[in-house]
Amino acid sequence: MQEKAVSDAVGQVSLTDVSKSFTLKIEGKVQTVHALKSVNFDVKQSEIVTLIGPSGCGKTTALRILMGLETASRGRVSVGGKEVKGCGYDRGLVFQHAELLPWLSALQNVMFGLEMKGMRGAELKDTAYRYLELVGLKDAANRRPYQLSGGMKQRVGIARALAIDPEVLLMDEPFGALDAQTRESLQGELLEIQARTKKTIIFVTHDLDEAVLLADRIIVMRAGAVQEEIRVPLPRPRGDLGALRGTSQFAEARYQVWKALHALEAVH
Amino acid sequence: MKAQTMTQQSGLTLAAPEDEPKLKREFPKWAITCLSVAFVILAWEFFGRDINPVFGSYPSAIAVAFWQLLKSGQLIAALAQSMQAFVVGYGLAVIVGVPLGLLIGRSRVLEAAFGVFITGAYAMPLVALVPLLVLWMGLGFTVKACVVFLMAVFPIVINTWLGVRAVPKTLIEVGKSFVASDFTIMRRIVLPATIPYIMAGIKLAVGRGVVAMVIAEFFTAISGLGAIIINAANSFDTARMFVPVIVLMVLATALNSFVGFVERKVAPWQSEISGRDEG
Repeated sequence: MQEKAVSDAVGQVSLTDVSKSFTLKIEGKVQTVHALKSVNFDVKQSEIVTLIGPSGCGKTTALRILMGLETASRGRVSVGGKEVKGCGYDRGLVFQHAELLPWLSALQNVMFGLEMKGMRGAELKDTAYRYLELVGLKDAANRRPYQLSGGMKQRVGIARALAIDPEVLLMDEPFGALDAQTRESLQGELLEIQARTKKTIIFVTHDLDEAVLLADRIIVMRAGAVQEEIRVPLPRPRGDLGALRGTSQFAEARYQVWKALHALEAVH
Repeated sequence: MKAQTMTQQSGLTLAAPEDEPKLKREFPKWAITCLSVAFVILAWEFFGRDINPVFGSYPSAIAVAFWQLLKSGQLIAALAQSMQAFVVGYGLAVIVGVPLGLLIGRSRVLEAAFGVFITGAYAMPLVALVPLLVLWMGLGFTVKACVVFLMAVFPIVINTWLGVRAVPKTLIEVGKSFVASDFTIMRRIVLPATIPYIMAGIKLAVGRGVVAMVIAEFFTAISGLGAIIINAANSFDTARMFVPVIVLMVLATALNSFVGFVERKVAPWQSEISGRDEG
C-alpha cells in the first residue's frame, strides 16, 4: 500500500507559500528584491504547465528553485512527494541556451549526465544513443556543439536532460532564441516525446502562442506572484500544431491568456 | 527608360557567374615568417658589418663563433647544464601553477587570502633577490631551478586563475544540475573550459623562464649558457656573446610552438571554434 502512495506522488510538483528575496546594491543603496512572493501551485503527474509573464516576474527564479539551483527564502517545494534540497536526478533541466559542453560531442554531452548518475560501460553509450535518436539526432552523434545549429543544440540539451530519466522536466525558455520555424518543429517534437515518455513538464516561456500550444495549464505570473491559472481546453494529443493555430479553440485560449497578461500592463 | 536600366542592371548581376567567389589562395603563414626572418638577418648582416666588432656583431660572424663553440663541445655542455635547470624549474612551475590557479579561481576564500600575494609576486623584481637565494641555496643547480620556477610559476597561476573566473556560470550549473561533486565540476568542466588560458600562461612562462635561467647563471656564474655570455662579454668577444643569446631565442620560439602544438592536441575544439588556421 505504501508503495502505491509513493508511486502516486511520482512526477508531482508542489510549491507551497514559496518566497525568495535577495539583497542587491542598486545605485549605491542596498535594496531587498522580492523575486517571489508567496507562490503556490501544484503540477500533476504527466501534466504540462507553462509559466508565462513579463521579464522579471519570477518565472525563471521559480524554475531554478524547483531545480535546486537556488533555495527558497521561505516555503516548501516538493517533487514526487519529497522536499527539494538541492539538485537531484528526479529533475532534469533544459537550459535557455542549451549550454552544451563545447569540448564534447553531441553523444558525449548526453553521456555526461548519465555518467554523473553513475552509469558506465556499454549501457552508457547505448542509453545516450537511444535518447539522441529520440530527438532525431542519431546521425549527428559525433558532431561538436559548434557544428550544430541552434535547434540541434537544444535537441541535444533535451536529450541530455531526458536521458537521466527524471520524473520532471524543467525547461527555461528553451526555444526562445530559435527562429520561428525551428521553434515550431521543436514544440511539436516535445509534445510527441512527452506523449511517449509521460514526463511532467514545467516550461518557462514569454511566448504567448507557445504557452497555449504546449500547456495543459498556464500559470500567469506577475511581480513575483501567481496572477492567474488558466486551463487550456485544447484536446490532447494536440496533433498538427499548425492546424491547431487556425482553430477557434486556440484563438479563444490565446485571447484569454493575452487578456490576463495585458491586465497586468494596465496595472503597471 | 528607367525601367529598362533597372532590368539591365538586374540582368547584369544575374549573368555574371564569373563573379562567384574564387577559392582564395593565400600565401602560407610559415612562408611569410621565413621571409621576414631572412630579411632581418640580411639587413643585420649588411648594416652590422660597419660597426666596430666590440660594439656589435653580425650574423656571419656569429655563425662562425657558433661553429667554434659547437666544435669544441662547449655549447652542447652549457646547453645541457642550462636546460636541466630550466626543465626542472619550468616543469615544477606548470605542475604547481595550474592546480593553484584552479583552486584560487574557484574558491572565494583562497582568492582573498592568496590572490594578493600572487599578483604582488608576479611583479617581484626577482633579479634583486637572486643574491639572497644564492645565500640560501648555494651556487648549484638548485638555485637555478628555483629562480626559473619563481619567474615561470606566477604567469601560469594568474592566467589559470583568470581563466577559471571566465568560465560561464551556466556551464558550472550544468554540472550542478547533474549533482556533480565540486571535484568533478573542476575536472570535467572548469579545467577543459580553462585550457586556452592555461596554455597562454604556459607560453608566457617560457619566455620568463628562459630569462630567469640566464639571470641565475650570471649570479651563480661559471656554468651554462649564461657563463658563456658573461665570459665572452668580459673578453669583448661580442660575436661569441651573441651565440647563446640567439640559441636561447630560437629555443624559446620552438618551445612556444611546441606548447601550441600540445594545445591543439588536448583542446582541438578551441582553434576550430575561433576559426583560425594555426598552420
